[in-house]
This record gives sequence, structure tokens and C-alpha cells, in this order.
Amino acid sequence: MSLDLITTEGHRVTSSTEFDAPLAIRGLTVSYGEKPAVFSVDATFHPGEMTAIIGPNGAGKSTLLKAALGIVKPLSGLISAWGQPMASERARIAYVPQRASVDWDFPTRVLDVVMMGQYRSLGLLRRVSGAHRKITLDSLARVGMESFASRQIGQLSGGQQQRVFLARALAQEADLYLLDEPFAGVDAATEKAIISVLQELRAAGKTVVAVHHDLATAPEYFDRVFLINTTRIAEGTVAEAFTQPNLQAAYGGRLATAQMGAAI
Amino acid sequence: MLFEALTLQLGYNATLVTVGAMLLGIAAGATGTFLFLGKRALVSDAISHATLPGVALAFMLMVAFGGEGRSLLGLLLGSAVTSAIGLICVSALTHRTRLSEDAAIGAVLSVFFGFGIVLLTVIQSMNAGRQAGLESFLLGSTAGMLWNDAVVIALGGTLVLLAVLILRRPMTTVAFDPEFAAGAGMNVRRIELAMMGLAMAITVVGLKIVGLILIVALLIIPAVAARFWSHRVGHVVLLAGAFGGIAGYVGAAISATAPALPTGPIIVLVAFAIFLMSLLIAPARGVLAAMLRHRRFQAQVHVRQGLLALATDQPIYERLTLRLMKRRGLVRADGVATETGHAQAARALLDERRWQVLRSDPAHADAAAHYDGLTPLDTVLTPDQLKALDQGLGPRAAT
Repeated sequence: MSLDLITTEGHRVTSSTEFDAPLAIRGLTVSYGEKPAVFSVDATFHPGEMTAIIGPNGAGKSTLLKAALGIVKPLSGLISAWGQPMASERARIAYVPQRASVDWDFPTRVLDVVMMGQYRSLGLLRRVSGAHRKITLDSLARVGMESFASRQIGQLSGGQQQRVFLARALAQEADLYLLDEPFAGVDAATEKAIISVLQELRAAGKTVVAVHHDLATAPEYFDRVFLINTTRIAEGTVAEAFTQPNLQAAYGGRLATAQMGAAI
Repeated sequence: MLFEALTLQLGYNATLVTVGAMLLGIAAGATGTFLFLGKRALVSDAISHATLPGVALAFMLMVAFGGEGRSLLGLLLGSAVTSAIGLICVSALTHRTRLSEDAAIGAVLSVFFGFGIVLLTVIQSMNAGRQAGLESFLLGSTAGMLWNDAVVIALGGTLVLLAVLILRRPMTTVAFDPEFAAGAGMNVRRIELAMMGLAMAITVVGLKIVGLILIVALLIIPAVAARFWSHRVGHVVLLAGAFGGIAGYVGAAISATAPALPTGPIIVLVAFAIFLMSLLIAPARGVLAAMLRHRRFQAQVHVRQGLLALATDQPIYERLTLRLMKRRGLVRADGVATETGHAQAARALLDERRWQVLRSDPAHADAAAHYDGLTPLDTVLTPDQLKALDQGLGPRAAT
């Protein structure tokens, strides 16, 4: 099936391959109150790609992810995963929310948090088996946290907490990974650890989409960027998207020319 | 008298109440843990106050249809209906308006309770003498409990416990990280409603024994007390169930020793005693344990600083440091280092030097993350690694 929709902006083109993409967003508008946080955004994310969603504060980056997952209800727009409705493909999608969204004094151990990634396969009553435990420990090992398995989560540093969240996503054994600000407030070692895990995922043909706020590191970490400020500004390789006019459109006066130079 | 009560020798009725209260307490403790962890503790207060108009309306209905109006099952059904309405009101006010949850709880709680009190007054005036002691639902009562009533309580409590067992994973996930739960396809709103529905069931079942004003205590206090003892959800749930069960059993037994003692308040006071004990002596998060841990840590820091000062021939000014080092035999009464003091100081200095080398070497970045000024390096590195590291120390530290 080939479907072509041309809008006045001329960028809304949907072909059959686009339609089967792990995540395809069409005409998405999300609004809190009467001011759209995200307006008529199209985005397509392909297998083996690692994309940064970049934009200034309040540009709708996190909202875009949450709407894609159905956590916030969109005003309009279509979301599909591998050509299917999002709801039917949940098992193939892992989500890493912002670290700050959680009560870190919750009585739970690192191991238990990562185990939450497998609640779908565990169901309501099944006992945790050796196989589940192995996946959990392997996921922790991939983020370098295996020796923290029985720690209480409140004892972890910010970077360690973020790694645990990533391990929980790995334990979901998904094909599409959506991460909300995975590098916010983490130490350099964690940043490196996370990026290498994400690159492994990309190499394995998974799709990785991360909200990112640091223009300077984006070219080094990601192969594609999705520039957003309520509407889509640009989407493509770093070289294609990070042009002076695009950055101006996304950040306006908020971006010093020096920073822009660093990013380009 | 109390001993007889605790050993269930006060007769049939008291035994029924005591066992019923224990079952109720177990179910309430386990259910309440999820409310407490999800920061929804006060929702149960709104739910419980919303039962009152239901009790009164059910009574009026049953009398209107020629009944006696005192059937516990009928009264509980009525209370379930209005408290469900109250719960839906809180949920709708929170989700559909900009009202915050505490405001919604306050509004629903007072309006429903007020309405219930008005209805009680109406009942009193229209049916003088036949009020059937409905006000005992406010604070609970052990008087006149029947076998059937006990069965209702036991069955209700067991069903709620089963539901908690089945829903423990989704409820834990939603309480800890609702965004992740939603992203994983869980219906967060429905799970929260189920959780509060279970609290409602506990409230309704517990009306007779604990009463609607204080049932919130039986839901929350055991969970809060259990939290002092453990860092794991599963253990907190089990402990809260145990604490709730003990509070119910002991409280009901005490109240059975004198006819004038209301059951609800006594049960709550027993629960409070458990809470107080947990607050003080629980090893995981108790106040005493925290204080001891802090003192021990402080001593460790002072001794380490003192040893490093000794090793580098610096004076020690702090009194506490000197006292701690004297007590450990590291310095003499006049402040001069002893033999052991010198030996340990040298070891501390070597350790510190090794750490410095380690932390300046990017190859050891992972191990360097363990540095906190106190951890001995030989607990982090293997002897072989230490030997390799010592080659970078230079001649000064060849002790």
C-alpha cells in the first residue's frame, strides 16, 4: 500500500516502507489546556537508527514521546508501530521515563526494579523463574550495575539510578527504545556507559529514540536528529538537520552563536 | 480478664469479634501498604466517610420495606454503594478538573459525612427508639456481633487478600513508577481504581468492628510501621498484614473486657503502639538504629582523619577525635601516638596514597568510583592489582 499525503508544508509523505517503520507519527497534536505543546508533527523512526529529539525547554520533546506511547492523550494524529496500532505492539517497546518522575525512597531493590521490565511476560501470578532472573542480571551487567543488584534504590547516585532504569528497559527485550532525557544529571562514566549500550542496541538493528538537550554532544552520540520546537523543524542526519537556519528556527534568540558553532 | 480475652476465653461473642478483627487487620494492613506507597493514604479517609449516608439510606430502605433494618449485609451493601460514589467523585474531580486530589478528598469527605449525619438525625426522629445503634458504625462496636456478621467479615477479608495477591505486581509498578507502567501498556487509572476499590471493600467490611472514622488508621498505620523494618515491598506488605492482624486481635480482645470500650479506638491505639515501637527500634529505618549508625560512621571518619594527621605529623585539635583515638589505644593520654597508632597511621597513609594514584589513572575509573575517604583499597582491588598499583607509588611510600 502506498499512501501519499502532501500538506502545505510539503513534508508529509508516507510510503509503504515508512508505514511499516517501528514508530511512525502522523499529524500529532498534543495540548495541555489550549496551547499546543506539540503541533501537527510527523516523524518516522527506522530500525538500526539512533535518533536524538532535540529542542529548547518546553519544545514538546517529552510530550512527543509520551503521546507516542499513549501516556498522554493526543488531540489529533495517528501513531503506528510496525504498521500496527501502538496498543497491539507494546511488548516490543521499552520506555525509560525521566528519573525525577519516581519516588526513590520506594522500598525496593535494584533487582526488583529491573524485574519490573519482565512483568509483562510474568503476568499476574507466575513465579519468577531462573530464566527471568538471568535476564534481569544480564541486563544489569550490560549497564555495569550487577554488583548493585541487592542495593536499596535510594542508596544509588543519580547516574546509577539512570542505569537501573536503562537496565529495566533492556529486560523488556524490546525492539524500539524510547528514552526521556537519559543523560540529564548523570556523571561522565554513566553517560559513556549509556551511550555504549544504546550503540549496541543500534548495531543489533533496534530503533533508539532519545530526548536529548545537549547540542554539543548530539553529533557524537547520535546518527540522526529530530529538531523540534512545537512543530517539526528538521529531521535527518546531524549534518542535514543542524544548519544555521534550522537551529535559529528551533532556538531563536535563546542560542548563543558560539554554541551554534560548536554544534555545527 | 485481659488474659482470658487474649486466649479467647471470654465467650462466644468476644471470640467472634477478636478473630474477625484479626482477619480484618491482616487484610487492611496488606491493602493499605499499596495506598501508602502510592501516596494515596487519604483517599481511604474520603471513602470511609462516604459510607455513612449509605448505611443510613439502607436502614431507611429496609425499614420502609417492612424489615427490621438491622441486617448487617444490607447495611454494608448500602455503605458500599455510597462509598463507591464517593470514590468516583474523588477520582473524577481529580482527573477532569484542575482540582488537586487533597482538595477533592476534603470536599467529598465532608459533604458525604455531613449528609450521613443528617440522615442519622432523620432516622432518630422518625423512628424513635428503633435507631438500632447505627451510631456504633462511627467508632465500631463488639456488642451483639452474630455468627453471620463474622462470616461476612472473614469472607470479605479473605477475598480482598486474594485480590491483593493477584494485583501485587501491577499495583507495585503503578505505585513506584506510573509513567513506566503506562508506557508498558498498563491501564494506570484502572489499577488505581482497583487499589482504592480494595480499600473500599476493607472499609465496608470493617464498619462493624472498627467503625468508619478510624478505619483509615487500620489501613495506613500498619503499613507505615512496617516500612521502618524493610526496604522491600513484598516484606512490607507481609509485615503490615501481620501488624494489622496483631492490632485487630489485641485491640478487640482488650475492648471485649469492658462493655463500654469502643473497639475501633482501642485497635487504633494498639496499632499506634506497634508504630511507636517500630519507629524506635526497627533496625532498617528506626530512629535508634539511624542514630547508632550515624555515631559509628562519625567515629570512623574521626579516627581516619586522626590517623592521617598522625602519619603526616600534624596536630590533632578536635576533642572527639582525640577521645576516640585514646579509646582505641591509638594515642596515649598525653596525645602521643602509641605503637599501634603509628602502625595504623602508616597503613592509612599508604592506603590514601594508593587511592591517589588510582584516582589519577583513567584505566581505574570504575574502581575509583568506590572512593569515599574510608573504604580500604584492598577491599576494592585484588592483591595482584594492588602490587601493580604500588609500582606507581614512588620511593617515598616504600614502607
